[in-house]
Amino acid sequence: MNKRTITPQGLAASAVLGIFYTILTVFIWYLTVSLLSPHNALPSLMHMIPSGLLLGAAVGYLRHTYRGNTRGKALSAAAGAVMGLAWLLLSGFRPLGTETVTFGGILGSLLAFPAAALFSRNSLRDVTLWNFEKGHAELLAMRILKSFGIFIFTLAVVFPFFFMLSSSLKPRAEYLMDPANLSVNLMQPAADLFRGYTDVLIRFNFFQFILNSAFVSMATVIITLIPAILGAYAVTRLHFPGRNVMSRIILLIYMFPAIVLVIPLYSVFTQLGLRDTRHGLLLVYAAMTIPVALYTLRSYFMTLHQDLEDAGLIDGLSRFGVILRITIPLSTPAIASIGLFVFMIAWNEFLFAYMFLDTPSIFTLARGMVMLDDQEVPRQYLMAGAVIITVPIMVLFVKFQKLLVGGLTAGGVKE
Amino acid sequence: MKRKYRSLAAQEARLAFWMLLPALLIVASIILFPVIANFWISFKSIGLGDLRPPVAVIRERVTAFPEQPGEELAVSYQVRNSSRERQLTDVIITADIPEGLTPVEPAGMWEFENRQMTAGFAQWEGGRSETFEVRFLADEAFFQADVPERSPTSAEVISSSKNALIHSPFTLENFRTVLRARNFHRSLINSFVYPFMGALLSIILGIMAALMLNKRFFGQGFLRGLYLFPYVSPIIAATFVWVFFLDPFSGTVNALLVDTGILAEPVSFLSVRMTELSLFGMSIPFPLALSMVIFFDAWRYFPFAFLFILSRLQAIPEQLYESAEVDGAGFFRKFWSIPLPQITTVLGTLFLLRFMWTFNKFDDVFLLTGGAAGTKTLPIEVYDNAFGRGNIGAGSASAVLLFLMLGVFMLIYFRLLREVDNE
Repeated sequence: MNKRTITPQGLAASAVLGIFYTILTVFIWYLTVSLLSPHNALPSLMHMIPSGLLLGAAVGYLRHTYRGNTRGKALSAAAGAVMGLAWLLLSGFRPLGTETVTFGGILGSLLAFPAAALFSRNSLRDVTLWNFEKGHAELLAMRILKSFGIFIFTLAVVFPFFFMLSSSLKPRAEYLMDPANLSVNLMQPAADLFRGYTDVLIRFNFFQFILNSAFVSMATVIITLIPAILGAYAVTRLHFPGRNVMSRIILLIYMFPAIVLVIPLYSVFTQLGLRDTRHGLLLVYAAMTIPVALYTLRSYFMTLHQDLEDAGLIDGLSRFGVILRITIPLSTPAIASIGLFVFMIAWNEFLFAYMFLDTPSIFTLARGMVMLDDQEVPRQYLMAGAVIITVPIMVLFVKFQKLLVGGLTAGGVKE
Repeated sequence: MKRKYRSLAAQEARLAFWMLLPALLIVASIILFPVIANFWISFKSIGLGDLRPPVAVIRERVTAFPEQPGEELAVSYQVRNSSRERQLTDVIITADIPEGLTPVEPAGMWEFENRQMTAGFAQWEGGRSETFEVRFLADEAFFQADVPERSPTSAEVISSSKNALIHSPFTLENFRTVLRARNFHRSLINSFVYPFMGALLSIILGIMAALMLNKRFFGQGFLRGLYLFPYVSPIIAATFVWVFFLDPFSGTVNALLVDTGILAEPVSFLSVRMTELSLFGMSIPFPLALSMVIFFDAWRYFPFAFLFILSRLQAIPEQLYESAEVDGAGFFRKFWSIPLPQITTVLGTLFLLRFMWTFNKFDDVFLLTGGAAGTKTLPIEVYDNAFGRGNIGAGSASAVLLFLMLGVFMLIYFRLLREVDNE
């Protein structure tokens, strides 16, 4: 076997690693239990630190002794399980300090410590514990930071959406009793569970608003794309005086703030009778998205080879024939990603929907949410509304993520 | 040959014009025109009520109804201006004279023709209300025809008025109102602090997220998609969620912070203007609500910076890192010398872009706090003036100030872009 022995520095580094990962996994455990059950109690740091220290040292030792084979991994997990059992026994099977013995306490204890052990072990990869250097300490510090960072970021991103979903399924009495408990009683009849959704969809007419939002967003996509495709083609393929200035101006207009447009558009649309109408609204949406769409399409058209189009022209296609038969089919991905963006912008838009629409039968979802808020309905209803407006966007986003991410970095998206 | 070429070029230019026309028309009428109109309105004294044009209103009342032929029917017409201030022009009253009625002692202002009577006024002052009475002699035919008792002559009035948006006099009053408002300087300061801090935080978080997700590992792609959620979710849903989970009575965040002992009692995060933070024994004032709005923006917009920076980082060849590794460079040394120089130009434009967008931002602050508790910014000021106080002119004046400041930022931004392009 290998004669090299683990140095005190190596052991200390593993112990520190153990402390941090124990704190991390115990905190995740605590958070899960307190969000998903009526119990809230954070274990004391005075218990976490020595446990983590021991566990980390053990993992370091195992890692060193069994380097190069996989037995170390199983043994590390086992060390974690022993630590979990110790917590269970020492706390009388109430490791989170709850009043009664809980499922979350027992299972969590048996999961958190093995997880901490495996995280620590994983972080020790490429680190030579018999020859521990300064560079290794820095590497380990970065790994700990990264783990905590990923945990915090993921929590910050997921928590609001989890809160939204959970709240939409909980009546007022339940969330007022224990605001920290976000668990949902799935055992109740579906009619009670989804009361918020059925009421919002039917009683508050959100069903109609979904249709309105879908109509407005899809119509906006069409009214944006047609002028944008024509314009982008003209700017990239045709020569005319002022061509370069045109592209500059497009980019400039893209920066104009909606709040500056709101007063004149409100005034003029009121006098023209366009204000409280769907076509007035989607005209505004189209105007706000045409510059971005044109600019992004222009960038895309510039990457296309002109040979095919020239061949089409020579073969006797008209300009519009070329656009319809060659340019558009060649740029389907770009057009699709812009179309999706425009759809999302129109679907999410708040300011103009809020300022323009007064008649409930033409409300978009965003405007409908404000109406719900005015009526002092319980949080459950508003959160059900929020889920209804969010889910279609998330589905679209997840489904077409590749397409959208490319477009997002290419042109940026107007908010 | 030259001629022919030129005419082809002209043809192409004409085609380009027609192809650009739809886009130009929509953008010019919905974006450029309103911006210009905004400047115009900011010099006019216009209230929300003035948008609806004033009209003449008529009320017809029967004061005496005949019982038998030979008696008189008396009708009074009350005509008034719906506006107290604004003048009407070309007010024309028309009324039908039913069969069997003959006007008694035809008054000077009325003209009778084909069983119709009309009266016209070239001008009608704001707030003016007048009543005219006309009497008719009824004969047999009147009783045979079924004349309604309420408004037997179905009187109507038409009028026109000057459009307040165009015809009201120019004034500097709006700018005076805006600049002299008691808390204007606060909004102005917030308008810089909020976008500055919001942009800065969102970019710092974006760099952190990009560095964490730069190397491949299990779940990297999933997390990358997940981290974009705040950015694509509808603003109205995101803000409502934040308002609810920060709520002092029913919010989860407060409950957790109190349970873990971090807070002694629940805090109303979005409605407390100032709080004291004790740090190393000193207590420093801390603008709580404004900070929460900034945190919200950092949360919502970090994905934007994250995506940009990540795509830059991933374009850096792996060998660069490897050779630095061989040289024994530590993490910070590596970060300082490899990716940071690559992303500094992106960071500059990203910061300006985010700064400008947040500077213009209305939705976030409006939906989170409504501009209360020391979070008022210029866009909220625009809304409050125009629609909260009903002073369209003052709202436009605030919008003009906002637009001018934005113009300065845009100038810097485009200069920076040009420098980046030149590199």
